[in-house]
Amino acid sequence: MNRPDSSADPGAAAREATAADSESSAADSGSTADGVDDADREPLVVVDGLEKHYPVRSGVLRRRTGTVRAVDGVSFAIERGEALGLIGESGSGKSTVAETLLHLQEPTGGTVRFDGRPVGDGGDGVDDLRRRTAMVFQDPSSSLDPRTTAGESAAEPLRVRGVARRRRRERVATLFERVGLTADHRDRYPHELSGGQKRRVGIARALALDPAFVVLDEPTAALDVSVQAEILDLLADLRDAFDLSMLFISHDVSVVRRACDRVAVLYAGEVVETGPTGAVLDDPAHPYTRALAAAVPTPDPRADRPRHSLSGAVPDPADPPDGCRFHTRCPEVIPPEDADLTSAEYGAVIDLRVDLADGEVGLDRLRTRVDGADADSLARALRAEYDLPDPDGDAGRALSAAVDEAVVGDDAAAVRRIREAFGSPCVRENPERGEGDRSSACHLPPE
Amino acid sequence: MRDLRTQFPTVEGTVRAVDGVSFDVYPGETVCLVGESGSGKTVACESIARLVDPPGEVVDGEVRFDDRDLLACAERDLRAVRGDRIAYVFQDPQRSLDPVYTVGEQVTEAVGYHRDVDGAAARERAVDLLDRVGLPNPAARADEYPHQLSGGMKQRVAIATALAGDPDLLIADEPTTALDVTIQAQILDLFADLGDEEGLATLFVTHDLGVVAGIADRVVVMYAGRVMERGSVTRVFERPAHPYIRGLLDSLPGRGGERIGGEPPDPLDPPAGCRFHPRCPHAVGECRSGDGPPLHGVDGGGEAACVFHDGVRDSTVVEAGPEPRSERDPTHDADTSTCGADGGPR
Repeated sequence: MNRPDSSADPGAAAREATAADSESSAADSGSTADGVDDADREPLVVVDGLEKHYPVRSGVLRRRTGTVRAVDGVSFAIERGEALGLIGESGSGKSTVAETLLHLQEPTGGTVRFDGRPVGDGGDGVDDLRRRTAMVFQDPSSSLDPRTTAGESAAEPLRVRGVARRRRRERVATLFERVGLTADHRDRYPHELSGGQKRRVGIARALALDPAFVVLDEPTAALDVSVQAEILDLLADLRDAFDLSMLFISHDVSVVRRACDRVAVLYAGEVVETGPTGAVLDDPAHPYTRALAAAVPTPDPRADRPRHSLSGAVPDPADPPDGCRFHTRCPEVIPPEDADLTSAEYGAVIDLRVDLADGEVGLDRLRTRVDGADADSLARALRAEYDLPDPDGDAGRALSAAVDEAVVGDDAAAVRRIREAFGSPCVRENPERGEGDRSSACHLPPE
Repeated sequence: MRDLRTQFPTVEGTVRAVDGVSFDVYPGETVCLVGESGSGKTVACESIARLVDPPGEVVDGEVRFDDRDLLACAERDLRAVRGDRIAYVFQDPQRSLDPVYTVGEQVTEAVGYHRDVDGAAARERAVDLLDRVGLPNPAARADEYPHQLSGGMKQRVAIATALAGDPDLLIADEPTTALDVTIQAQILDLFADLGDEEGLATLFVTHDLGVVAGIADRVVVMYAGRVMERGSVTRVFERPAHPYIRGLLDSLPGRGGERIGGEPPDPLDPPAGCRFHPRCPHAVGECRSGDGPPLHGVDGGGEAACVFHDGVRDSTVVEAGPEPRSERDPTHDADTSTCGADGGPR
């Protein structure tokens, strides 16, 4: 993103100066004051292999018995003046990425670089990052003190930095005007403001210290569409005017589409696809992105709503699936080489395997449904429940044997048998996400 | 629902949350009630089975359900209807689930409340219902507590509880708003199945026009306590007659049309005339006075409360003089002027 310097904003000039200082080692970057050579500079934020694992402890001795892989090797970069969207379902690790990126939680692995300097490891990178980063939170009601006027709330970061009262008032007046609020709003309390106005106050506060980087956590959640559109327009204006870099965290694909240059799709703690927003959302390379984009309801009453787009939810990060983490829900999972199965049929076998492994098959329930409680009718009921295929050859024999094991309650043996007989690259190996502007972590050959 | 009026007295004045709202829901159909926050859609729903919390009060109107006026009948009779014939699902499933009981106990209790069955049969029916709403492994899940379930699963349990009495009408207030799109799609599938298979009529409250397009047969658009437009979902989305719903549709990502500027009116002091006029790009003199236009029939079916409902000025409405005072409430006029009589602030 080569945006020219916004000379109208004195803060921007100051930032440029800081940036130049910090890059004194990289003498070849030349004079940044001219606004040239942005492309040669490192992106403002570079996240490489970020990890946040939490230990799971159990028993009286609190021994470590497992690991929750909330964020597991996430890499991305945000250029100056660029907006990156981070999308994914609840439980995919979006918020943990933001918190570890800002070192609000210490990451357990990986590196973060901000404006050319490493963050963490005792350096002053953290201070620099925090001083020049602002957050806009999801719920403005909980981030605004009900007993504090909008003006005071917005001035809070300035007060903390010891800016004099009169100077604060002037600054807030400018900020309010910039975010579309009037002087009149300064003396109002949060309950006297609409949802959209509260967001604007939150944005004014975020801008108070002239940040270079703004992290927005679901900035338009719970807003009506017309207000949502206004807030997104405002954020786009501000980004242009102040050359801000932004990280948008959202589960709303349409918000990201509207507000972001690039998007990173997060699933179970990993980035599965990244690239320019339009390309990724209009022509997704990863089946998860495809499913996510298809699940967004289209406001066209004649369009068929995609049915059964994606079942289940994000897997437990304490026990992520082997291989590709999405394979347990993937509608396009690659069937085993040696069995004559479609993706959907193979998906049914995987569903059975996952439920057996989790002890979720519920034989008792099946028993109430069949007339005879003998093993044969129970096996038929189980096949019907999971819509299991009946392939020829070894695969068919293995599946029958696994079903027989399942109905006598030997879940472990059934799981083992399915694993052995129904191998696939998706189960064996977690695909790597390639390099480059547009990349996706999937075993499927690119179309 | 005919001319329903629900008000909330507050220290600062009376909020007319629902101010003369009428619509129908036929058996087996899904009607979406659409509007921004504060438009009165939730209060309208709660008024149907008289669930409005005091001091809120339904002051006028009629809710006919099976040839009975629910607003006039005794509380005892109403209790037989509520839950049994009309059931509610709320945005936050926590509101219908008790954290200290297992989900099985809660659904079983709901079954026992509506049906005269013994414990084992009630429990069996409860597990059936949990299965019906697509809760995985329902027999085992029945022994779990709400906090052990994901948001989507909790909403499924809340729906199972609502279905316990075999209702004819399900009133769902933003049931998917707090969910991920993928989970939302699953829950919408469930609602569609319930309508198709059980002939359940659904009144679905949402502000998400994508959801409306996906599930509605007919749409009722509310703004500031009034109905602005009614009609089939295809007609309303393809040929919206009221500038408000047109503006909402234009605000959708990808449409790039003109947005609605400004803010919804102060519920204590709504503007005279059409309540949308301060934000309306087409407002003319007559929109700014009186009690607002009535619902006019629209080409293609349905009605719209706009003088331009047929695309041209309605000649039967007499051009009003410059800003006459509202007879009902003289304070309205002050509000109109602060709102900017020439349309929205943008």
